[in-house]
Amino acid sequence: MRVILTIFVTLIISLFMVFPALAQTPSEAEIELRAKEVGQALRCVVCQNQPIEESDASLAQDMRKLVRARIRNGDSNEEVIAFMRDRYGDFVLLKPPMQANTYLLWFAPAVLLGFFLFWYVVRVRRKPANIETQTLTDDELKRFNELSNNQEMQGSERQGQKIQGQKIQGHDT
Amino acid sequence: MRISWTGLIPLILFLALSGAFAIGLTKDPSKLPSQMIDHPFPEFSLPDLLDMEKTIDQSYFEGQVTLVNIFGSWCVACEQEHPMLMKLARNNEIRILGVNWRDTVEKGRDWLARGGNPYTRIVFDADSMLAIDLGVTGAPESFIVDKKGQIRYKYIGPITEKIWRDELKPFVLMLEAEQ
Amino acid sequence: MIAEIGQIALILALLIAIVQSVLPMWGAYKGDARLMALGDRAATMQCILLAISFVALTIVFVQSDFSVKLVTVNSHTDKPLLYKISGVWGNHEGSMLLWVFILGIYGALVPVFGKGLPAGLKARALAVQGMISVGFLGFILFTSNPFLRLNPVPVNGQGLNPLLQDPGLAFHPPFLYLGYVGFSMAFSFSVAALIEGRVDAVWARWLRPWVLLAWAFLTVGITMGSIWAYYELGWGGWWMWDPVENVSFLPWLVGTALLHSILVLGKRHAMANWTILLGITAFSLSLVGTFVVRSGVLTSVHSFAVDPARGVYILALLLLATGGGLVMFALRAHTLRGGPSFTIVSKEGGLLLNNLLLVTSTFTVFLGTFYPLLIEAFTDGKISVGEPYFDRTFAPVMIVLIAIMGVGPLVKWREDSWKSLKPHLFKSFVLVAIIFSLTWWLGKSVLGALSIGIAVYLAYSTLAAFGRKIKFGQAGAMTLLKAQPASVWGFLIAHMGIAICVIGITGMSVWAKEDAKVLRLHESMTVGGYEFTLKSMTPGAERNFQKMVAAVEVQKSGHIVGTLRSARRFYQVRNMITTEAGIQVRPMRNLYAGVGEGDAEKGWVVRAYVHPLVNWIWLGALMIALAGFISILDRGRKRGKI
Repeated sequence: MRVILTIFVTLIISLFMVFPALAQTPSEAEIELRAKEVGQALRCVVCQNQPIEESDASLAQDMRKLVRARIRNGDSNEEVIAFMRDRYGDFVLLKPPMQANTYLLWFAPAVLLGFFLFWYVVRVRRKPANIETQTLTDDELKRFNELSNNQEMQGSERQGQKIQGQKIQGHDT
Repeated sequence: MRISWTGLIPLILFLALSGAFAIGLTKDPSKLPSQMIDHPFPEFSLPDLLDMEKTIDQSYFEGQVTLVNIFGSWCVACEQEHPMLMKLARNNEIRILGVNWRDTVEKGRDWLARGGNPYTRIVFDADSMLAIDLGVTGAPESFIVDKKGQIRYKYIGPITEKIWRDELKPFVLMLEAEQ
Repeated sequence: MIAEIGQIALILALLIAIVQSVLPMWGAYKGDARLMALGDRAATMQCILLAISFVALTIVFVQSDFSVKLVTVNSHTDKPLLYKISGVWGNHEGSMLLWVFILGIYGALVPVFGKGLPAGLKARALAVQGMISVGFLGFILFTSNPFLRLNPVPVNGQGLNPLLQDPGLAFHPPFLYLGYVGFSMAFSFSVAALIEGRVDAVWARWLRPWVLLAWAFLTVGITMGSIWAYYELGWGGWWMWDPVENVSFLPWLVGTALLHSILVLGKRHAMANWTILLGITAFSLSLVGTFVVRSGVLTSVHSFAVDPARGVYILALLLLATGGGLVMFALRAHTLRGGPSFTIVSKEGGLLLNNLLLVTSTFTVFLGTFYPLLIEAFTDGKISVGEPYFDRTFAPVMIVLIAIMGVGPLVKWREDSWKSLKPHLFKSFVLVAIIFSLTWWLGKSVLGALSIGIAVYLAYSTLAAFGRKIKFGQAGAMTLLKAQPASVWGFLIAHMGIAICVIGITGMSVWAKEDAKVLRLHESMTVGGYEFTLKSMTPGAERNFQKMVAAVEVQKSGHIVGTLRSARRFYQVRNMITTEAGIQVRPMRNLYAGVGEGDAEKGWVVRAYVHPLVNWIWLGALMIALAGFISILDRGRKRGKI
């Protein structure tokens, strides 16, 4: 959900960028805002999946300082992130980069979802087939009566009665 | 017995996945890839722990193979490693540049006074300026830098007798043979 | 002496488990009622023996008997009694014993509540439970024995990890395990049903309460973990997509799918083999959750090499359990096919979609959690998968799921039409549009407004569905309200809980404000309109730690809102520091301060946060858990008969 915040912040920053004077000598408030954004994207390399901005580890503190120093010196956010990536590799990015070894990671969920939805529409579209029924044995009926709840939802109340005495065996394949 | 193919899918997926994990886990845990291998040692200019007036910079590496060792008085594993570094220094095996990381001058000096000083010079890096440039995540970490100032090897964790003998020394000898 | 009693009980439990896994299964095959009945007795016996063993270990911990190695490594005389007890499961060996003890309890409950079950099904399911028991008891006895003695006996122990010395975390593992292990019932009965080649409404109605129970416990466990992380880790996060959190979330997601599909199976006899598959998967992921955390596989491939014996055993156990279940599935799934078909717009269809979406999200979380490990194992690369990934993959699936949650409960079984939904969708659209505009105007965030709009849509739809059931506004609504079965109340509370949870998550993600500054005494910082002033730093000491308590006064427009007390605790025994956040809890927002390193001269690092609606997250989550417990009562009234 932080993506929401990120987009919001980027919007504000791009507004600032419209004024060239502001872009060249960033104000302290802007440095802080951008440093926070960058800090959220960088992993504290000695922690578990925690951004440097939220970590109390000493290395994360120093990395935060460095991020601010580089922004103050006129680096863009992307440059700061690239700087860290040059040193710590892809590991430092909390958002895995889109590249050959992460295509599976990024696209597999969407592919699976697409497949499921396709399967669902194709398979379920047909009209309900006739229900083939078969009488329950006495034993089964007894057990069913014992187990079926009389406190079922409204609709299934009627349905339960309909099923009693019949074993539903459909064939939708 | 009839076997349905759709019924097999979960099993196949599971076996493929366990296969991947089994292979992955039995593989010899490889060294962390360092971004810095075959890159020039980053530019720096930081004070010397033992003489804060002086500064050390990357020109230090010219002409001689150097082992750069990151340490701190707060680091427990460094204490384990220390006798080994002392031994290397005594036997003149290699020139060792220390990087005293996230420390105070007093604590750093005290630590060396207690265990001895195996380093030819010591860079004082209180704010991780050099450490971050090197992509250091913890101490001890060691880099081997060649005569041209290129980082050629990175080792994470305390250097032991065995590591030195089997892994680092052959590499150092190779670098020393280079022009 | 006590340790030896525990040890002997554990060995006997293993022997009984072996008997339990073989004889009832054989009896069911041969149709021998006597052998089948043996399953009941073995399960009860095993539970008693495991209870003895567990109590023995607890006594050893409470007595601080340092001749037992486990106590030495994980306890200390200076610890409060609560943490001496929670220390029992605050370590690998003890937590495994707790796990298998809970397994024993579930097993023993089968004969108590399952008197009406078909003898063959019950015998086979208990045999499968026995097999799981054998696997775990073998693991404990051969690689992780909690009762090992130490010689010479040390004077004192090494203490419990301070992070675990917290009431929130002390009871987090038992709840988590009650959830994880509860899914073993789904697993055992699924495998038993596959062997029998028969899944029916009786089976589904028997199993559903157990699934609900496990799922509700797991919900509580995960929520406790989240609350603990929020106040103990000191940076105001409630969920960080940490691998350890993710692996507990995986069985929860599948469990959620399972309790919906089992509903369809119980009422409509559809989705039989799908339900079976989910039952196997839920337990397999529980095993992953139990082991992967314990073995440290997730943090790094390297840690796996530290203890190969345990690692190999773990992998073998996972492979046997899941692989065995899936082999049975491959062999027998086709025999279960059946059930009347349904159309795209139908309750079955909605629940099937719910399942497909939940499985997709499970897959996504699984992939995100394990991908770094696979990359590290197969390539030279090393990547991190953090929150940004899950925001982009998991969150969209959840939004689609919520959209379906809104209409699903309103459609009829078997066949319905879009047309019948139109009035509801139209009203929802108008409502969402109003809420969206209002939130956008007040909160100045498009996505925040959208998210709140979706939550309101869910709440409205849920109420509408409930209203329809009781014929709200018509004569006799009160009578119908009283006549609603527990499962309908469960539906109402759970779905409302999710809506509330979504509102909380939105508030936390979109409108939370934070800042960190180095403050000296009496200096202040402003966050989200609140002024945080560091008033005092007071040292203090407790029995097992020293502390430094910071008082941070909060003002808003000149009025004092309250004082937050944040503490840094120093535990000498382990030489560790923990942070306790100072939090002012309010329904609409929390004020939160955490004080870090520093001294009087340079100042202390103070982190200050304003967290709008954050408590709604846990309120929603606990409602979901409560709904699970309530739904179980559905059968409770008739339990005597079964």
